[in-house]
Amino acid sequence: MTGVEVRLPAVLADVAGGRRIVVMSPAPVSLGALLDGLEADLPAVVRRIRDETGALRRFVNVYVDGEDVRHLDGTATPLCDGCLVQVLPSVAGG
Amino acid sequence: MAVLLMIGTRKGLFLARSDDRRTWTLEEPAFLMEEVASVAVDTRRTPTRLLAGTMSWHYGPTLVWSDDLGASWHETGNAALAFPADTGTALGRVWQLQPDHPHRPDVVWAGCEPSSLWRSDDGGETFSLVRGLWDHPHREHWAPGFGGAAVHTVLPHPSTDQVTVAMSTGGVYVSDDGATGWTPRNQGIQATFLPERFPEYGQCVHKVAQDASGPDRLYAQNHHGVYRSDDAGLSWESIADGLPSDFGFFVLASPRTPGTAWVMPLEADARRVPVGGRMRVHRTSDAGATWHELGAGLPDRAWTVALRDAACVDDADPTGVYIGTRDGVVYASDDEGDTYRVVAEHLPDVLSVRAAVIA
Repeated sequence: MTGVEVRLPAVLADVAGGRRIVVMSPAPVSLGALLDGLEADLPAVVRRIRDETGALRRFVNVYVDGEDVRHLDGTATPLCDGCLVQVLPSVAGG
Repeated sequence: MAVLLMIGTRKGLFLARSDDRRTWTLEEPAFLMEEVASVAVDTRRTPTRLLAGTMSWHYGPTLVWSDDLGASWHETGNAALAFPADTGTALGRVWQLQPDHPHRPDVVWAGCEPSSLWRSDDGGETFSLVRGLWDHPHREHWAPGFGGAAVHTVLPHPSTDQVTVAMSTGGVYVSDDGATGWTPRNQGIQATFLPERFPEYGQCVHKVAQDASGPDRLYAQNHHGVYRSDDAGLSWESIADGLPSDFGFFVLASPRTPGTAWVMPLEADARRVPVGGRMRVHRTSDAGATWHELGAGLPDRAWTVALRDAACVDDADPTGVYIGTRDGVVYASDDEGDTYRVVAEHLPDVLSVRAAVIA
């Protein structure tokens, strides 16, 4: 496929206009660029993934093709056509 | 007379309604699993606006509002509160939401973590960081208390541009010029946890309330110490004599009756439980000269506490007093704190309560 598929957790669907899958095409060059692009349409989604300093929220995990971006290059992790970005809440809370 | 009670808890927002302040209807929770540290009922607006500072442990903090008494909630598309890029800081929590006075009907103040003050001029939909306080040279010395470093009290003056804030730690600060310049006002307030007993600033003031007589008279519940100021915070004197302990979290002032205030003493810093396990409220009717223990309806054996914003008064006559506890019980008094009834129990930890008569 061309572009990048972003899969959101169910709890974010309310602030994503009911969507759980968003396709960004053409593929942004990095995760950070993807979030920048997504912010125009879905700002409430993006600020739940990263804070206003640009840092990924501590208990949100983002995977690119199954790899946790914290083990890659964080928001600088490169993307390409066909990449799958998954946003998942970490195991946290009491 | 319909009264709406907002109850912010560790895991959601609950609304309770009553026509007589004796029997209450508790609604299903909103924002389940989100921490609701601050709530406000803005009756200056038509329709009344409800505001809540929520925080998801996963997805961060935000601010929501409702113009239909909680039937639906809205969130500003671009964040209502976001630190400017040059600060390199991210919002932690909204600890306080304080509608201004009626002659500034669109102004709402927010006290936040990290310690910061914010002003909204559109009823709470968007806020601007108050740079005068953020850029204050003392800020680097405001250490976080156990709950975090936050501005937890905002008291706008009813007629001038003066604004008073309090924070833990940091103490009381006042601006006389519309929140541009800020001066510490802690003279007479002790800091038991610092080498200097009475520093210029750095105190752990838990809550400040403004007396019904006017903005010059303030009450402060400190981290050990209960104080009154009669000069808008320029000086403070102890009014703890007559209380079983000078430790506690909240202080409430009557919105109608000058000299009337309430506290809930806890044993001590190191023993944060009701004195002797008896949950009791103490009320003064003479600005702290004397105190009277009140407890009808409150438990005789209790090992829980009411946090700084988990208590409030309403705007009815007689004044209603509301107290929420960390073990998820909310008590309401319709007689100025004399007697209490249970509004709700088995809730998550109660963090914030606010009540108002709804037209």
